[in-house]
Order: sequence, then C-alpha cells, then structure tokens
Amino acid sequence: MTGRIYPDEPAGPFPGPPREMDDAEGRRITFEVVEDADTEPIVEMYVAFDPADRAQGIPPSQEDRIRSWLDTLLEEGLNVLAWDDEDVVGHAVLMPDDDGWELAIFVNQPYQGAGIGTELIQTLLGYGAEEGVDRVWLTVERWNRPAIALYKSVGFEPSDAESFEMEMSLLLAGVE
Amino acid sequence: MHVLVGVEGSEESGRALEGVLERAADAGDELTVAVFALGEQSLDDVESSVREQLADAAVSWSIERITADHPASALVELAESGPYEQLAIGGGQQSPMGKIELGSTTEFVLLNAQLSVRLVR
Repeated sequence: MTGRIYPDEPAGPFPGPPREMDDAEGRRITFEVVEDADTEPIVEMYVAFDPADRAQGIPPSQEDRIRSWLDTLLEEGLNVLAWDDEDVVGHAVLMPDDDGWELAIFVNQPYQGAGIGTELIQTLLGYGAEEGVDRVWLTVERWNRPAIALYKSVGFEPSDAESFEMEMSLLLAGVE
Repeated sequence: MHVLVGVEGSEESGRALEGVLERAADAGDELTVAVFALGEQSLDDVESSVREQLADAAVSWSIERITADHPASALVELAESGPYEQLAIGGGQQSPMGKIELGSTTEFVLLNAQLSVRLVR
C-alpha cells in the first residue's frame, strides 16, 4: 500500500466485547464477537438492508453476493455484532491489508439514530486492541455527515482529502 | 463506434480491456488502446501485455503510447483531439472490505473529459 498517514496521538482505550446497553428507544442491545452459528442472522440483516444506505458497493444487494462477501469478512476479519434478542441489528468489522486494518460498520435502518453505532464502533475498537490491531483506516463518502461525525467522535482524522471518498485513519492505543 | 480505451499495468486495467474487447467484438466497435505507465510500471511491459491480449481479438485495433508525466491529462487530451466517440477506463478497484475505490486517473477522466466515458467493472 502507499504510505497512509496516521494521527500522532493514539485513541482509546475502548471497552471490548461483550457489552450491553439500553438504546434511545429502550431496547436492550448486546454486543458480542461473531460466532460460527451467527451467519444466517447476519445474512438476514443484510437481505433486509435499505439499498439507499449502501456505500461504495457494499453491502452487496443480492443474497448470493452477500454470502460470498460475508464469507471473506468472517474468515479474515475481526467481527462484532449488535443483537436485539434473536436479531442481528448491527455489524462492525476490521479487515487486514498490508498496511493496517480497514473498518466498516453497518446498523440496520430501524435501529439507526439510537446510539447503537457509537457503542458498536467502540466495542469493535476495544476488540481490535485486544487482538493487537494498531492502525485503522476507512473511506467514507464525503456527503455522509452522520458517519463522518461518528468516526471523528472516536478519534478518526481525515488522512486523504484528495479523492472522491474521504479517507480517515486512527492510531489505536494498546490494551492497558 | 470508435472507442479509445486507457490501459495501464494493473490487473484491474487488464480486466477492463478484456471487457471492452468482448463488447467491441459484439458491437463491431473500432478500438484504439492508449497505453500508459503508473508509478513503477514500465510502459514497454504494459504495451507488450496489451499486444498479447489483442493478438487474437476479432476487432480492428491500434495502439497509442502515452509518455507524458501526467498520463491522465494526456489521455483526456488524446481522447478529445481524436476521432473517438467514447473513452473507456477501468472503473475502480476494491478495498479489503470490498468497497469500490476510484483511482486518481479514473477521477481525473470523469471530471475532465468532454466526451462520454465508460467505466468498466
């Protein structure tokens, strides 16, 4: 990869999984590391996902593509899920490349705006730190202000403003 | 239709040329392939692999070499000054996450070209 720029100051520490919270709608949400048996509930969340919330081609819109995309993420990545009872309502993942770890987060539409994204991304970063992750980056569409605000709130800083998509990066503090 | 396709040394670019070739054979398009090198790539290597790819193609084709320091702008200039009706280029590579990311050449072409642009995925 080309030399990606990271902030000088590390962010964190963040709390790792498992965690739970009551969201703004009073729903009890739990955050856990993904397990093998979770594939079908995740597929269900993505099949129901609003196509308008897709970004840069993900999540894919067809079920067979969703499955093969998820196979890669579950095999190679670090994955945390947000649950409401039996339903997966959010998914956050870190995927390795030769420079650092790419982050993505998805919250199903009926659960957006209730504080779940903030808890979910913090839990993923806590899990990442436990697993030795230090450099994290992502790209986000410039007009997606709620997402950019979420990323900034946990310490991401813009690292490349020259492209269509904004690239942001974060240096993750080690586990204390 | 006479199509100009921009090709550099990446896998993504090779796949784009493959797609353009298939379509050109079906549609009877005439192709000009503008070859250029990015970063550490060698223009001679890019050209020879393109010639290999074109060897068995059932379309009428020619090659233009772009040697300018800023290949993207030279590509757009070539497209606008020639007999071309369309400029085709690779339409982005995928991040580890599967996100589509547009390279800087593609961005420059999209924002600057005055003729129709085809992104090939």
